[in-house]
Amino acid sequence: MTSDASAFAPDPAWPDQLHRALREARIGCASYVPDAGHARLIELLHDDAEVRTTVLTTEEEGIAVAAGAWLGGARSVLLMQSSGVGNCINMLSLIATCRFPFLTLVTMRGEWAEFNPWQVPMSRATEGALELMGVKIMRVEHAGDAYPTVQAAAALAFDSDQAVAVLLAQRMLGQKQWVK
Amino acid sequence: MATADRTTCLDRREAVRELLRDRGELLVVSGLGSSSYDVFAAGDHDGNMYLWGAMGAAALVGLGVALAQRDRPVAVFTGDGEQLMALGALATIAVQKPGNYTLIVLDNGRFAETGMQRTHTDLGIDMHRMAAAAGFAAAVELRDLSAVRSFRPQLSRLSGGPRFATVKIAAEDKPRALPPRDGVYLKNRFRHHLGFPVK
Repeated sequence: MTSDASAFAPDPAWPDQLHRALREARIGCASYVPDAGHARLIELLHDDAEVRTTVLTTEEEGIAVAAGAWLGGARSVLLMQSSGVGNCINMLSLIATCRFPFLTLVTMRGEWAEFNPWQVPMSRATEGALELMGVKIMRVEHAGDAYPTVQAAAALAFDSDQAVAVLLAQRMLGQKQWVK
Repeated sequence: MATADRTTCLDRREAVRELLRDRGELLVVSGLGSSSYDVFAAGDHDGNMYLWGAMGAAALVGLGVALAQRDRPVAVFTGDGEQLMALGALATIAVQKPGNYTLIVLDNGRFAETGMQRTHTDLGIDMHRMAAAAGFAAAVELRDLSAVRSFRPQLSRLSGGPRFATVKIAAEDKPRALPPRDGVYLKNRFRHHLGFPVK
């Protein structure tokens, strides 16, 4: 496959836009299992004195932390990659049963110029798995849509007590460098 | 550790009642199954969040509450079966260093809700040592009522956590004491207790 640099050129500003949208939505807790696509946003959140960051050992922990934070009056976001969605299934029953507001930002792997076939099955199942558990999907394909989409997703989550996942397209994240 | 002698273990209802006596400002999250029944049997309270499912959640729901409510002590009551499902949570909690947080594992060495099958704690695992290794500021095993009573003041503290206590309880079925299981009601009641309006 010929690699056209411009086709994958990441817009470096979108993580900053996501951070702005989260702050404007008064997010006070952010938990994550790292993903290369989320690296810049995780840095921004760590540097933000108004946000409490929690590193997780597995993604479903973040669902429970978010539920607890809401009980205590704080708004949360959970950051993960698409392969982590599969770990979350039963824990999402906590969100559905108690109608907790829930916001997660999911970086997609396995859908666009993917090098690692092990990422593909869960990538293909990501939307279906979330929808089966009652989570609304919003996709961001282009960097320019990152801010308004997360702004809308946060409003839907916290004003209307909904579970919302924003899926960030692998095309937008830029290609992982396998040969350095 | 050798298999525990269950004949000398604590009565779970008595131990939980003792830990929740004069609870003051304490907020409580309980894990699915008998732990929720025990907490309810000790006296219903608006500051209780009873979980009935989402196995593995309780310790981390409590962490979320503790991080959001730094001026209230938070205690989680759950069973060995649930906490064994979420051993990674011990690491996640420990690195946050929530001073106002205590995790109580009611350890009967059994999956009591599903037919009393033996758990890993009955097969040689000491969970309080795992918590200590993860970095909990304090991690103890309580084997009799006087130890439970001595530990109780720890639950009211806002600093010095996270604390972990295994309470060695007898493997016996208790009469059911069923708290409300409507999650939306429990969520709104808890938040109302903390002064947050229901939309």
